[in-house]
Amino acid sequence: QTTRAEFDLPEYSVRRRYQDFDWLRNKLEESQPTHLIPPLPEKFVVKGVVDRFSEEFVETRRKALDKFLKRITDHPVLSFNEHFNVFLTAKDLNAYKKQGMALLSKMGESVKYVTGGYKLRSRPLEFAAIGEYLDTFSLKLGTIDRIAQRIIKEQLEYLVELREYGPVYSTWGGLEVELSEPLEGVSACIGNCCTALEELSEDMTEDFLPVLREYILYSESMKNVLKKRDQVQAEYEAKLEAVALKKEDRPKVPTDVEKCQDRVECFNADLKADMERWQNNKRQDFRQLLMGMADKNIQYYEKCLTAWESIIPLLQDKPETK
Amino acid sequence: MEDCLAKKMEITVSEAEKRTGRNAMNMQETYTAYLIETRAVESQSEGQCAPVDSLWRRYSEFELLRNYLLVTYPHIVVPPLPEKRADFVWHKLSADNMDPDFVERRRIGLENFLLRVASHPVLCQDKIFYSFLTQEGGWKEMVNETGFQLKADSRLKALNATFRVKNPDKRFTELKHYSDELQSVISHLLRVRARVADRLYGVYKVHGNYGRVFSEWSAIEKEMGDGLQSAGHHMDVYAASIDDILEEEEHYADQLKEYLFYAEALRAVCRKHELMQYDLEMAAQDLTSKKQQCEELATGTVRTFSLKGMTSKLFGQETPEQREAKIKVLEEQIQEGEEQLKSKNLEGRDFVKSAWADIERFKEQKNHDLKEALISYAVMQISMCKKGIQVWTNAKECFSKM
Repeated sequence: QTTRAEFDLPEYSVRRRYQDFDWLRNKLEESQPTHLIPPLPEKFVVKGVVDRFSEEFVETRRKALDKFLKRITDHPVLSFNEHFNVFLTAKDLNAYKKQGMALLSKMGESVKYVTGGYKLRSRPLEFAAIGEYLDTFSLKLGTIDRIAQRIIKEQLEYLVELREYGPVYSTWGGLEVELSEPLEGVSACIGNCCTALEELSEDMTEDFLPVLREYILYSESMKNVLKKRDQVQAEYEAKLEAVALKKEDRPKVPTDVEKCQDRVECFNADLKADMERWQNNKRQDFRQLLMGMADKNIQYYEKCLTAWESIIPLLQDKPETK
Repeated sequence: MEDCLAKKMEITVSEAEKRTGRNAMNMQETYTAYLIETRAVESQSEGQCAPVDSLWRRYSEFELLRNYLLVTYPHIVVPPLPEKRADFVWHKLSADNMDPDFVERRRIGLENFLLRVASHPVLCQDKIFYSFLTQEGGWKEMVNETGFQLKADSRLKALNATFRVKNPDKRFTELKHYSDELQSVISHLLRVRARVADRLYGVYKVHGNYGRVFSEWSAIEKEMGDGLQSAGHHMDVYAASIDDILEEEEHYADQLKEYLFYAEALRAVCRKHELMQYDLEMAAQDLTSKKQQCEELATGTVRTFSLKGMTSKLFGQETPEQREAKIKVLEEQIQEGEEQLKSKNLEGRDFVKSAWADIERFKEQKNHDLKEALISYAVMQISMCKKGIQVWTNAKECFSKM
């Protein structure tokens, strides 16, 4: 399975597979741990339930991967990331990947922020607020996802009945003489409504649900970043305490504690900036998503309206005028 | 149609009331009584309104009236009553006879029945019908005194005729076939429509959940909050709108049901024809066999095997006097039979003529009514689509303000 990525810088065209996107994301998480990395569409799909090679699935994934890259592109820090650049331009990405493994041990590029074992006493208010927000946010999104799925399910069951309903009018038309055309008209009309409904359900499945799920994944990864921040702060506070307990006369704070302080401050700054950017993008994304949902429903009703309005003259037609 | 009752009199079934009383077995029962109001139509120039007469009737009395009409006018396609029990119900509707919505729809159906009878050129002139509308006390006794129950053909007799008739009028055979098919297709339609209504109800109602979750979500948002909250309100409106939509659709279903039951009335006329035709055929057959018997006795030849013939052979011939007597009796019977056959023939032809006239009238009425029903159904659908567009447009505007 391949997905294509096209990017102008000046102009490159490379082929990448999902694996490669996954690699990129991991690399970004490693190299930019203080930033919020956009989510990928879900990695695993249940075999037999979803056809990984169906047009709809591939198209849905493509859109999500496109969004992923665009989000990185829009990010002032991530867009300059070396791995990102290579991802977009290298002819042979696998060679680079192998190289990267060797570089890793040399450069210590992925600084192990998570030293483990440090417990934060209390999260600062603003980050606690973010954490709470994300919790409620992903909860509500989960609910909306369930509602949307339920609606699609009910619509499909409604469609099943409609598919039986329309043809009965046609059968009846076969029995009648004068009523034959009107009844056929109604039957055809219902058929048109069926098609419109099918399109609505498909659109919701392909365009609406995946975005919701992406944001749920986004929230999860963001919560992890918050936890990492906590760890960094915890490490700093622990080291600071240790120094204070030693009761040394040194007025100067040891360098590694200073480094920790730097790390904390950097992390907090990066995270705050990213959160603001995220909130803004989120608002726009949901505005677009929900407006899109409303639009699709409007289009569905408009199609049905056209169908029913067009048969009124047929129903009112007097046989003499034919 | 000029002198039909509907033109001279305004008839409405205006109210329904729950009553309790004692039935024939002296057990307490609850039933619904319907108020029938009638008023003579005065000429416009008067400017005065005639006083309203009213009386109460229950469903069983309507049934009695209809049964009387069925027996008394077998060549007429008698308008049907609304259903006795709620049928083709989708889950949200109650199947309870006491349910106010069911009672209301029945009230309309009963009024429709009376109007149909009152506008029928033949039925509207019936005295029993007139008394039904105007005479509260003693009406039941009056109906029973007509002795119509005795004139009713037995089911068994009718069934027998259907199977054994040899030469029914082809048009009636075709019509019977049509009414069977019509009954089948409308039943199917009503069944599926009920399921469609059920599912549609589900789709709309789930959207109500959006209202709640948008509200909860808006609580944690700053800029997005207002837009979400107001959009949620529109989702609630959307979910609530389905109740009225489906209530209106029930009227369409009732219109279809009327013609479902009309199919039964059509079949009844066809059965009557078959019965009369069978009767005629049997009478003709009987006459032929008597003539034959007579001939055999007169000429002394036995052409057909008969037990009598055999026994007379075994126990000795009858005397010429006995034979003469028999021949005389037979000749009388034959004469009677020929007269009867003549009148039956006439009856049969008259029946076919007048029945077919009413059937043509019915066909036109049916085509007109069903067309109107389909138009009103399309109008309902259009209204539903417009409401949907309105709600989602409102929601979209709210989302745009997020």
